[in-house]
Amino acid sequence: MLRLENVTKTFNIGSASAKKALDDISLHVRKGDFVTIIGSNGAGKSTLFGAICGDFFTDCGSIFLDGEDITMLEEYRRAHNIGRLFQDPMRGTAPGMTIEENLALAAGRGGWLSTVTKAEKAAFREKLSLLGMGLEDMMEQQVGLLSGGQRQALTLLMATFNPPKILLLDEHTAALDPATADTVIKITNDMVTENSLTCLMVTHNMQSALEMGNRTIMMDRGKIIFDTCGEERSHLTVSDLTERFSDIAGRALATDRMLLGL
Amino acid sequence: MSPILSLIQTALELGLISSLTVLALFLSYSMLNICDLSTDGCFTLGACVGSVVALSGHPLLAVPAAMLAGMLSGLTTAVLQTRMGIDSLLSGIIVNTGLYSVNIAIMGGSSILNLNKAATVFTLSKEMLSDTPLKGAHRLLVIILAVSFVVIFLSLFLKTRFGLALRATGNNPDMVRSSSINTVMIITVGLCISNSFTALSGALLAAMQKSANIDIGSGMLTVALASLLIGRAFMGRGKIPLRAIGAVMGAFVFRLVYTIALRFNMPTFMLKLVSSVIVIFAIFIPYMKSRVPIHRRKAQHASGKGEEGHA
Repeated sequence: MLRLENVTKTFNIGSASAKKALDDISLHVRKGDFVTIIGSNGAGKSTLFGAICGDFFTDCGSIFLDGEDITMLEEYRRAHNIGRLFQDPMRGTAPGMTIEENLALAAGRGGWLSTVTKAEKAAFREKLSLLGMGLEDMMEQQVGLLSGGQRQALTLLMATFNPPKILLLDEHTAALDPATADTVIKITNDMVTENSLTCLMVTHNMQSALEMGNRTIMMDRGKIIFDTCGEERSHLTVSDLTERFSDIAGRALATDRMLLGL
Repeated sequence: MSPILSLIQTALELGLISSLTVLALFLSYSMLNICDLSTDGCFTLGACVGSVVALSGHPLLAVPAAMLAGMLSGLTTAVLQTRMGIDSLLSGIIVNTGLYSVNIAIMGGSSILNLNKAATVFTLSKEMLSDTPLKGAHRLLVIILAVSFVVIFLSLFLKTRFGLALRATGNNPDMVRSSSINTVMIITVGLCISNSFTALSGALLAAMQKSANIDIGSGMLTVALASLLIGRAFMGRGKIPLRAIGAVMGAFVFRLVYTIALRFNMPTFMLKLVSSVIVIFAIFIPYMKSRVPIHRRKAQHASGKGEEGHA
């Protein structure tokens, strides 16, 4: 489904602050895979998503999505096939517009001059009620009035309304309180299963990195240093992971956030 | 007609004509979140093109011609900021400056055009309504027609998928950029439409006062912005059609207040200063309100210093 071949990206080339954020990355994600990604700050996890989405063009290498070469495709041209969530719940929705208008934009059926039909409204209601947050009764409310958790759940719904070929989740629960984060994680699982989505999820929570999905990769300094799935992965514990990291990277995986599983 | 009524009618006519520019800003400033500094020049452009076409004997054609010219001006502003890496505000200023020469060129090298003998949409409506009870309102009817057209157009347009995408582009560009919507196209179409309304506004004003001059649009942006912000006070967070009507009301109220001020011997040249002050306060007051809790906290902190340790 998604294939990266020898992708490299250096920011600020030629200056003292030049930083190789992606270093010859190759990755093949099969259809239906749910890959969790871990790594310390600055490992290149978000840059990886940026490269897939087209925030910037990579320096070399190729990116294929469902067989199509998207390496040099403009961001908005590939966005149709990619769903993406950020850590910041404010980023994925338009606060000054109503829930219904946000969904209508995400649903994006019909031509530019089409308006929301009754049938679409009913579909929005139904999908919103599945979130279990009571949003279906607030469709005329402005999104800016919602809580972070509600906004993130809505963003998730918008990103998967027309199931994308791949869903990228960039620590999408990190800014939420623990209880809300659990709810959003549950919704995420439901949506991915229901639509049998191919999904990549960056997380700082090592526990959920092992519990969710069917494959885990670990990144460090722009490289994928560890990639596990199947039998081997099912026996791994959080402490195994941290040990593995220090073995391969030659230093301790030192972020409190990761160890505490926050 | 009594002098008061005719005064109100004139205020209504002028207010509604400028409301077209206010509606243009409603689209570009309130919805798209772009402050289009080419507004003054575009208003004059509409006046010039409309007058030249009317003088050549096509009073009806003058209106769409002016709007088309406005669209071209909007297209230029949009291309500068989306395709040529020029800052949005700077693009407007550059186009505005360029339009000064363009406008004089359109008027054939002169800085003023006289429409006294030319047929305009208003002389046409006067002829048509000369035998009806509506003859006193022949100008007002044409203007109301134009304003209704724009309000209805905006209400319908902003509900479409394109309209939603346009509002989202102004509201959360991050979100739109990571969706499959091309913001360049949205901004371009948005500015073309808004500038066509600005030019329409200028064309109608020139036709009504039977002359166009190079300064007809100067200060229009601030006047329209003031009206827009007054309108927001009426219909702040309502639905789009209501907010559009609020913008029109704002334009009328601004005109009315100005007319009353003139009756109390405020000199005409004060208009621009008044509009500047209105814009300053309309933007400053909400800002000040948002700062109140901080100042309160500071005061509380300063007075509570002696009791530290109790909390």
